[in-house]
Amino acid sequence: MNDIIISVKDLCKCFGNFTAVDHITFEVRRGEIFGFLGANGAGKTTAMRMLCGLSYPTSGSGTVAGFDVMTQGEQIKRHIGYMSQRFSLYDDLTVRENIRLYAGIYGLSRYETMRRTVTVLNRLRFRSEADTLVGSLPLGWKQKLAFSVATLHRPEVVFLDEPTGGVDPVTRRQFWEMIYESASGGTTVFVTTHYMDEAEYCSRVSIMVDGKIEALGAPAELKNRYGAESMDEVFRILARGAKRRE
Amino acid sequence: MTAQHAIEIHGLTKRYGSLTAIENISFEVGRGELFGLIGPDGAGKTTLFRLLTTLLVPDEGRAMVDGFDIVAQYREIRKRVGYMPGRFSLYPDLSVAENLEFFAALFGVKVRENYDMIAPIYRQIEPFRKRRAGKLSGGMKQKLALCCALIHRPSVLFLDEPTTGVDAVSRGEFWDMLFDLKRQGISILVSTPYMDEACRCDRIALCNNGHLLGIDTPGGIVARFDEPLYALSGDDMYGLLLAARQAEGVKECYPFGAAHHLVVTPDFDAASLERQLRQQGFGAVAVEPVQAGIEDVFMKLMQQ
Repeated sequence: MNDIIISVKDLCKCFGNFTAVDHITFEVRRGEIFGFLGANGAGKTTAMRMLCGLSYPTSGSGTVAGFDVMTQGEQIKRHIGYMSQRFSLYDDLTVRENIRLYAGIYGLSRYETMRRTVTVLNRLRFRSEADTLVGSLPLGWKQKLAFSVATLHRPEVVFLDEPTGGVDPVTRRQFWEMIYESASGGTTVFVTTHYMDEAEYCSRVSIMVDGKIEALGAPAELKNRYGAESMDEVFRILARGAKRRE
Repeated sequence: MTAQHAIEIHGLTKRYGSLTAIENISFEVGRGELFGLIGPDGAGKTTLFRLLTTLLVPDEGRAMVDGFDIVAQYREIRKRVGYMPGRFSLYPDLSVAENLEFFAALFGVKVRENYDMIAPIYRQIEPFRKRRAGKLSGGMKQKLALCCALIHRPSVLFLDEPTTGVDAVSRGEFWDMLFDLKRQGISILVSTPYMDEACRCDRIALCNNGHLLGIDTPGGIVARFDEPLYALSGDDMYGLLLAARQAEGVKECYPFGAAHHLVVTPDFDAASLERQLRQQGFGAVAVEPVQAGIEDVFMKLMQQ
């Protein structure tokens, strides 16, 4: 089994004469929690869209879950999980209906759908909320459900785009425990966040500045390299030099 | 006569149907104070802002802003406050300069006569004065919105989650701007879900689910944590989290950045836990006493 789940080399994305992502090269190992950090406008979202098969790179090469980022976007989409900050669940559907919808999209059999619905409801202690509309759940609950739905088809890698924004500190930690648990079960987690304490929970982090990956390493390594006390300080040192800023 | 407080709130309650958005909230914001409302989504922060800026009418209780009643004297309040809502609220089809002039005209002032008020912030976006507001980046939109909220020299400024979704560096810069405004004597009520921003405020109110959990200076809030607290770090952090929860004397254990925080009983022995965890095979284990942060207090108050 290949131990590298994401591998990209010199990946670029240009819009006209603007280079949003500028020759990024990195690898993510199976079971890692990889933190993908950067200032607003650094190119994180553009890079993430390429890794998820939502847009094709202008140049470069790489694979995600064994598929080519230059040509196999559709296959990549089928083999990853993705959760965005707000729009991953349907507010007008119940908890159970949302699970069934995503199970259908990922082509799970009726039996598997039933089995995994029970697993998710039990794991989240959501059984009494199975028929509640998602729109009436507190944000933290929604985000935990969204994560479970994004991993319903047991993808090898799941992409989380600012999953904890605005979530209370207790639920935010429960969410990270779900991430820890998934990663310890072998799922690779690729996550962006604006909370720098969450950067410390990652196995390794990369920090993007002006379309390039300016630093990459374990949090302890980076703090050491930049003589910083915290990841917050490391981030400030690097992002302050950015020319491109939102 | 000037009012003693910039904002006075007595027993304010607002319901939407069967949902109580805020319940029996009372506090004051002093003149020239930078006051932070700290809490997650759903805490009731936006409802409170909309009540104080006279966009909603309370079900119970009363409140005064700059000495005027939010129900009976709403017209007076509207002249005196600046409000930056959480969602981008400028006209995307108007240029930067047009938006600013529009807001100035609404309040019957000239941009030129109040330019000094916004100069340090507006200068940063002036090179783009002809660009449509809808085409600005997030950080620039935020600066323009702040200028538009300030152009009529408000005495009280309401900022609803101005830094949400903004990176750590831009957030720091935004707080620097608030500090400058405070020095000019403007009273500011600002909300944020980021606990690390609390320390930039004179006083803060922690809120959750429509209730206030506590009001104090940031230092005073932190001093409320009255149990021994330790930080646990080592090689396998997830394993340590699960193991520490089983250990004797550990009441609670939760992730807290680079270390886990342990809330422990008075007879807790750090050296013994270290030894025990090493015996279980964990490497580089360290257990040390640590000062509680705002988030530790928030979580404790939330669970009470």
